[in-house]
Amino acid sequence: MTSTPVSPAPATTPAKVSLTGRLLRNPTGLVSLVILLLVVLVALFGSFLAPKDPDAASLSTILAPPGTDGLLLGGDSAGRDVLSRLLVSTQISVAAGFVALIVALVLGTAGGLVAGYRGGWFDTVSSWLTSLLMALPGMIVLLAARAVLGPSVFTSMAIFGVLMAPAYYRLVYASVTSVRAELYVDAAKVSGLSDPRIVARHILRVVRAPVIIQSAIIMGIALAIQSGLEFLGLGDTETPTWGSMLNDGFANIYKEPILMLWPSLAIAITCTALVLLANAMRDELEQSRKPRRRRNAPAAVVERADTVATHPDDAHSPRGETLLSVRDLVVGYAQRDGSTKVVVHGIDLDVRRGEVHGLIGESGSGKTQTAFGVLGLLPAGGRVVGGSIVFDGTELTGLKESEVRKLRGVRMAYIPQEPMSNLDPSFTIGYQLTEPMRVTKGMSKAEAKEKALALLARVGIPDPERTYKAYPHEVSGGMAQRVLIAGAVSCEPDLLIADEPTTALDVTVQAEVLDLLRDLQAERDMGLLMVTHNFGVVADLCDRVSVMQHGRIVETGPVRGIFTDPRHEYTRALLEAVVLEDGDPRGELGATPAAAPAAGTTGDATDDNEEVHA
Amino acid sequence: MSEQPEVLLDARDVEVTYPIKGFGKKPFKALKGVSLDIRPGECVGLVGESGSGKTTLGRAILGLAPVTGGTIRYRGKEIQGLSRRQRRPLSAEIQVVFQDPYGSLNPSMTIEQILTEPLSVAGVPGAEARARVGTLLDRVGLPGDSAHRLPREFSGGQRQRIAIARALALRPSLIVCDEPVSALDLSTQARVLELLIEIQEQTGVAYLFVSHDLAVVRHISHRVAVMYRGEIVESGDGDQVTARPEHPYTQRLFMAAPLPDPDRQAARRAERLQLAAQA
Repeated sequence: MTSTPVSPAPATTPAKVSLTGRLLRNPTGLVSLVILLLVVLVALFGSFLAPKDPDAASLSTILAPPGTDGLLLGGDSAGRDVLSRLLVSTQISVAAGFVALIVALVLGTAGGLVAGYRGGWFDTVSSWLTSLLMALPGMIVLLAARAVLGPSVFTSMAIFGVLMAPAYYRLVYASVTSVRAELYVDAAKVSGLSDPRIVARHILRVVRAPVIIQSAIIMGIALAIQSGLEFLGLGDTETPTWGSMLNDGFANIYKEPILMLWPSLAIAITCTALVLLANAMRDELEQSRKPRRRRNAPAAVVERADTVATHPDDAHSPRGETLLSVRDLVVGYAQRDGSTKVVVHGIDLDVRRGEVHGLIGESGSGKTQTAFGVLGLLPAGGRVVGGSIVFDGTELTGLKESEVRKLRGVRMAYIPQEPMSNLDPSFTIGYQLTEPMRVTKGMSKAEAKEKALALLARVGIPDPERTYKAYPHEVSGGMAQRVLIAGAVSCEPDLLIADEPTTALDVTVQAEVLDLLRDLQAERDMGLLMVTHNFGVVADLCDRVSVMQHGRIVETGPVRGIFTDPRHEYTRALLEAVVLEDGDPRGELGATPAAAPAAGTTGDATDDNEEVHA
Repeated sequence: MSEQPEVLLDARDVEVTYPIKGFGKKPFKALKGVSLDIRPGECVGLVGESGSGKTTLGRAILGLAPVTGGTIRYRGKEIQGLSRRQRRPLSAEIQVVFQDPYGSLNPSMTIEQILTEPLSVAGVPGAEARARVGTLLDRVGLPGDSAHRLPREFSGGQRQRIAIARALALRPSLIVCDEPVSALDLSTQARVLELLIEIQEQTGVAYLFVSHDLAVVRHISHRVAVMYRGEIVESGDGDQVTARPEHPYTQRLFMAAPLPDPDRQAARRAERLQLAAQA
C-alpha cells in the first residue's frame, strides 16, 4: 500500500439540507404545510373537539344563524350543530381521501416498478390495463359502482383509487425504465445484488420524490371528486362529510346561504394547500426557481490573467486582415443569490481571414462559453458582462437580437459537437438545408435544392439525392456532421465557429471530417475558430492556438511555437499529459518494468483541473 | 519461463445476438465468434470503433449481454449463460469500471454507501465494510473524508477513482475497464491510467481494457486485440499491433489518429491520403 499525501477536500461543501428543511424555508411550502398539519390534527381529534353530538337534531336550531344558542356556526337543515359536523366530517373526508390515495399508490407504484424493471408479458398486460383505466370515464364508473355496491364513501374512494392508479404507474414506469439502463444498475448487477435489492436501493430512491409530489396532487383530486359525489347526493347522507354538508347547504341556499360557506372553505383550502405543497416540493427538488437579479447585486468579480505568454508570428502564419477581434470579453452567469458567476475572465482573441485558430482547454476552461458568447448563443442566465466583440468592423455587443440574427448563420456560422441533437428529427435533411438559404438569400425552392445537392456532394456524401430526402435518424453520426458542415457553409460565411466538431465521431471519421474542414476553409478563405481539447486536432488543422485555463487565455501564438516552445506551465503540463501513440509501449507481461514505480507518485487526487459541476 | 502461464479467462468463438423488435426482422449479431484469452496480472487491450462490438464483449464477460454461442471460461469453468444467482460468487472475481463516471455512480448515494454495497452483498459485516472504505479511498488517492459526500461533489476524474475503488472492493482477479478514461480531460486521463497500472503492478489484477484510442491502449496493454464489425481482425503483442499494424483496418485506425505535432502530423496526413488513394 502506498502512503498517499492527503490533499484538501473537494471544493464544494456538502449542502445536505433535507427536503423538509428546504420546504420550511420556502414560504409557499411553509404555509401549505401548516394548513395541512391543521387539517390532519382536526381529522385526528375533531370528534373529541366537537362541542355537540354532530348527529343530534334539534327543532329549535333548524337553519339557525351562526351564534344562536351557543352554536358557533349555527344549525343545519335538521338543526344539527354545523361546527361539530364540520369537525367530524373532516375526519371522514380525509380518511376517505387517504383510501383513494393508498389504493392508487400501492397499485400504481408496484405495477410500475415490476413492469418497468422486468418488462416482458407483465409489462404488456399492465400497460394495456392502464390504458383501459385511463379511457374509462371516472364519474360514470363511480355512479355505476354506487348503484351496485351501495353509497359508502369508502367503497367509492377505493374504486376511485383504482382509477387513479395509472397516474402513479406511468410516472414510476417512466422513471424505472430510464434508471434500469443506468450504468450504476449494471455495476450493482456485477456486484451480485439481487433484483429486489437493486429495486430497493437504487430505483426506489429515484422515484421517491416524484411519487411524493404526485401524492399531494392525487390527494387533492380525491378530495374534490369525493366532495363532488357527495354534493350530487350520491353519498351516504347519514355520514357527515364535506360533500354532504355542501349538499345540505345548497338545498337551503335561499334560506341560509352561509351554510355553503364552511364546507366550501374546508374543501378549497385543503385542495389548494395540497396543490401548492406539490408545487413547492417540485421547486425545491428541481431548484427550478429562476435566479432573481437584484438591483444592488455585487459586481461580477473578474480576475484577468496576469500575463499572456504570446509568441510572435512565424513564416507559416496567415496574414489576412483581422476578421474577429475579441477584447476583454467577460461572460457570466446569474446566480440564485443575485450575484454573477464569471466563467470567462476578460480574454483577448483575434481570428484572421483565412486562418484556423484553435481554442484549446480542458472541461470548465470556458472555451465553449467564449464561442457561445461570440455567437450570441449563451444558454439561459448567461450573458456577455463586458468587453467588445468586433466582427468584420461591426461591434456585436449591445447589438439587437434581430441584427445579430442577420449575421449569425449567414456571415458567421456554427458547427456543433453533437451532430444528431442539432438536426430536427421531424424534418428531412433536405428541408433543413434549404430553409435557411431560402430565408436568408431569398432563393427559390428549386435553386436552393440544386445548391443543397451540390453542397452535399461537396462534403463527401456518396448519394446526395438519397441523403437529401432522408430523415436525420437514417444517417450515421459522421454523415450527420457532414450535413451540418454543408449547412454551415451554405450561406458562404466569412467566419466558421466549430465547437469540438469531431469529439463525438470515430477516429477514422474524425480524420475525414478534419480533411473536409481544411479543404473548405482553404477553398473559401474563411476564418475558422476551432474549439477543442485535442492537441492532435490542433496540430492537424490550426495555424494559431490560444490555450485557455479557468476562463483565461494563458498562452497564444502560432501552432509550431506552442508545440515546440510552450512557455506557460499549464501548456507544458497539458502537452506532457498527451498519451503518445509513439510513446513507450507497456511491453510484455512478466518483463521487468523499466523503472519500478515510486510509492505514492500517482495517488494525488488534486489532479483534476476541471471544475466540479454541482 | 518454459511452461505456459495459466489462463484466467478464455473466451472461445463467443457470439452475441440481439433480437430486433418487429416481426420478421433479422436479429443483430453484435459478436460473430470472438476468441480472446487473458492471463493473470495481464492487461489485454481491446480497440475498435463505435459499433465494433468491443463493449459487447466486455458485457458478455460480465454477464450483462446474452451469449448465444461459444464459451467463456473463467479459471476453467464455463460462465456464459449463468443465472444471476449462479453468477453471484463471480462478483468477487470479475468487476467492472465503466466509461461514464457520471452515470456509473448513483447520484443519491454517498461514497461510503457506494463502496460498501459490493462488500455487504459478499457478506462482509457493516462495521468491517465501513472500515475498509478508508483503505479503498486511500488506494485510489482520494481523501478519507470523501466517504460521506455525494458523487456530484466530485469531478469526473475523482468519480472515476471512486468507480475504480468500488471495483477493487472485493479484491477481484479481473476488471473489465470499458473506456475508463475516454470521458476524462487529458491530464486527468494520464493520471487515471497511471493509477490503473500501479494497482495492477501491486495487486496482480488482470484488465480487459476496452478503448477506441490506440495510444491509450498502447500505453497500458501487454497485448492488444483489434475489433471490427463484431470480429477480432488483429491481435498480438501491444507494441507490434499499435506501432506496426498488419491488418488494413488497424492501419487505417493508426493513420487516422492525429499526432500532437504539426509537422509530423502533416507527414502522417500525407501518408494517410496516399494510402486512401491507393485503396
